[in-house]
Amino acid sequence: MTTENQSTHQEASHTASVLDEMDTSNKNLQNIGVELLPVHTGGTVHAKRIGGKFRTFKWWAASFWIILFVGPYLRWDGHQAILFDLPNRQFHVFSMTILPQDIWILAMILLFFALLLAASTAIAGRLWCGYFCFHTVWTDVFTWIEEKIEGQPNKRMKLDEQPMSFSKLKVKVPKHIIWLIIGFATSFSFVAYFVDAFDLWSRLFSFEWGATETTIILVLGLATYFFAGILREQVCIGFCPYARIQGAMYDTETVVPTYDNERGEPRGRMKRAKPGEEAPKLGDCIDCNLCVAVCPTGVDIRLGQQFGCITCGLCIDACDSVMEKIKKPKGLIRYASLSEFAGKELPAIWKRPRVIVYSGIMAFAAGMILWGLATMSPMDVKALHERAPVFVQMSNGNIQNKWVMKVVNKGNMPMAAKITVEGPEGLEYNLDRHILDIAPGNLGSTTLFVRIPRKQLEGASTPILIRVVDENNPQVVETYETVFIGPEKR
Amino acid sequence: MALHNPWPDEGNTGHIWDEDLRELDNPPPLWWMLSFYAGFIMIVFYALYYPVIPLTDGTGEHTKGMAGWTQVEEYKDDYKVLKDWRKAKFADKEEKLASMSVDEILKDEDLKSYAVATSKMLFGDYCAACHGAGGQGNPNFPVLADDDWLWGGKAAQIQASITNGRIGNMPARGMMGNLTDEDISNVADYVIALSEGKGNDASVAAGKAVYTKGMCLACHGPAGKPLAPAGAANLTDQVWRFSSNRDEIINVITNGVNVKKNGVYVAGTKQAVMPSFKERLPNADVNIKRLAVYVHSLGGGQ
Repeated sequence: MTTENQSTHQEASHTASVLDEMDTSNKNLQNIGVELLPVHTGGTVHAKRIGGKFRTFKWWAASFWIILFVGPYLRWDGHQAILFDLPNRQFHVFSMTILPQDIWILAMILLFFALLLAASTAIAGRLWCGYFCFHTVWTDVFTWIEEKIEGQPNKRMKLDEQPMSFSKLKVKVPKHIIWLIIGFATSFSFVAYFVDAFDLWSRLFSFEWGATETTIILVLGLATYFFAGILREQVCIGFCPYARIQGAMYDTETVVPTYDNERGEPRGRMKRAKPGEEAPKLGDCIDCNLCVAVCPTGVDIRLGQQFGCITCGLCIDACDSVMEKIKKPKGLIRYASLSEFAGKELPAIWKRPRVIVYSGIMAFAAGMILWGLATMSPMDVKALHERAPVFVQMSNGNIQNKWVMKVVNKGNMPMAAKITVEGPEGLEYNLDRHILDIAPGNLGSTTLFVRIPRKQLEGASTPILIRVVDENNPQVVETYETVFIGPEKR
Repeated sequence: MALHNPWPDEGNTGHIWDEDLRELDNPPPLWWMLSFYAGFIMIVFYALYYPVIPLTDGTGEHTKGMAGWTQVEEYKDDYKVLKDWRKAKFADKEEKLASMSVDEILKDEDLKSYAVATSKMLFGDYCAACHGAGGQGNPNFPVLADDDWLWGGKAAQIQASITNGRIGNMPARGMMGNLTDEDISNVADYVIALSEGKGNDASVAAGKAVYTKGMCLACHGPAGKPLAPAGAANLTDQVWRFSSNRDEIINVITNGVNVKKNGVYVAGTKQAVMPSFKERLPNADVNIKRLAVYVHSLGGGQ
């Protein structure tokens, strides 16, 4: 790091915002003060693993993904509890069956999680990347296995440099086999959400997988192995679009793992002053480089915010352990925002515009999901109005309209749908079938004729209400508002 | 895009985004280039094998590829598979349609909806030109979706109408042809009053007398309602065969319906002929039943 860089950092920490005193009219990167920080591109990053608060939290967060492997074996009412049955176009989630008609709820779920990502990023940086992202978690587990088999980073680096030999293979092959098994378990579990898990197992041993299943399991399994085992941090740095997008969600109030430049610099080894000499004035950073050694993406946090940083907090663990040893206060590297270093007080979370807007949209999406699930009926009713003719004059002067009624049974039980019609006085109706017997997942249809005396009609269109009740389960009621078309009033 | 290029020697194009995303000028991999050239070789064989050249030979036939394959042949083959499948799947239903009477078909819910579903195209091809796509009628052509029937609205009667056709007859100026213009004007008022339910009012008494004088009751019935469905309109209901317009009513009474002289229609007479379909329809035996069920279910079957 050059002295020039250091001074830039110190200046920045005294101003209100890093952008306040910069000429932003020219968007040339150098001109707006963007430093080109190095990212690790040479060889595998072999990060040291040490314990600490954030290490523990990372394991807890990672254990969330155990659900992926366990989920397909949960049963509910004799079928798989969570099954996305694409061929039959129905999703089973415990007692719920979601048919394509309700798929808008999925859009709301996606919106909710997209905004959850945005809101959490605005508050505390790349929480998703650092703790929850499947790539981070899988890479973490893969490197943990690597350490168990090959040893500490320095040993691994030495092993990598050795020419290929039998003894090297003896260490490397088991590692790759375990990685491949995890890759297979991952892709198998994924596919097991789309076809019955036990069925998939039994067909594996009789070699009866279909082409689609085989392709997805092989490709996804190998991709898991390749991404988490070989590519690792290069995925975050070079491939992942979220990594770039999330940086744009930061502001000066976002707390991220940050090196306290003022306290740490000038860094240097602690030396006892020789008699007669003045002890050099040093900051708290002893330049031990442990924060770099533990970083899974190989960045140097002391250079400041950078997109190579996935904010996993491992450097905080590392630095705190060192500060403890040299008896200095912890927190030389800590979760902090740019405003904090500028001496500004952080506004309360609920007073920040980003948080308000993000959580507003989240609340909307959550409300829609709840409303959708609460009002989701096992019955779907459509009434298609006949267009040629839209209405017919009958011999006694009544006007007749015709509908084709379609009732879908989205539930698991047979349905006896009884159709009734309400409207102005004198309304009569008849149906081909008054009660439709519909098997689960099927559609029943009938023709509906409605007749209304002409004098009862207000004008060209009169609202009427079609009510469908499941006689087998009378609390299932759907109403369909439609209009009865008649001649223009003369 | 940055003006400053921190990697001047790596052969990038100078296009740099987001600090370090940069476009390099590497040649495509060998396997990619090989498949690119293989594509050129492939197209030669493709052109020989398939009908590629957009010209015709002397006889008007298109130029065929070596394989003799054509898209339309493939379509026809596929369509035949579908047709055979359909025929096999619905063979029992078709058999039932052939053996059962229309009334029996109407009682069998399943068979009825099958007959209705398979009639839509037939109705569109053979009936809709006059009666409208949904049986809504056209000027001078009767509505099939209402409950007013000249020849009867029972399924068997509808079947008979389709099979043999129907030709209505109404003589000009009454049965004897003896009504004057004034008589006709009076009887028109009476007919309109009948439809409105005011047939016994004093104001139309003159028309009522003409109704008897012109022997209208012979077909239209003594009270304006035919005793049996035989082509004469019911004058007491609200559906008009031709028009509810008074001038048009007078015109019909004056010139009649289907009035011919020496085999030629008289000027001004209404021409209203339903042709017989037993020769026109393919597979008429079954298809007429099918259509009778369809028309019966349009909205006014009895």
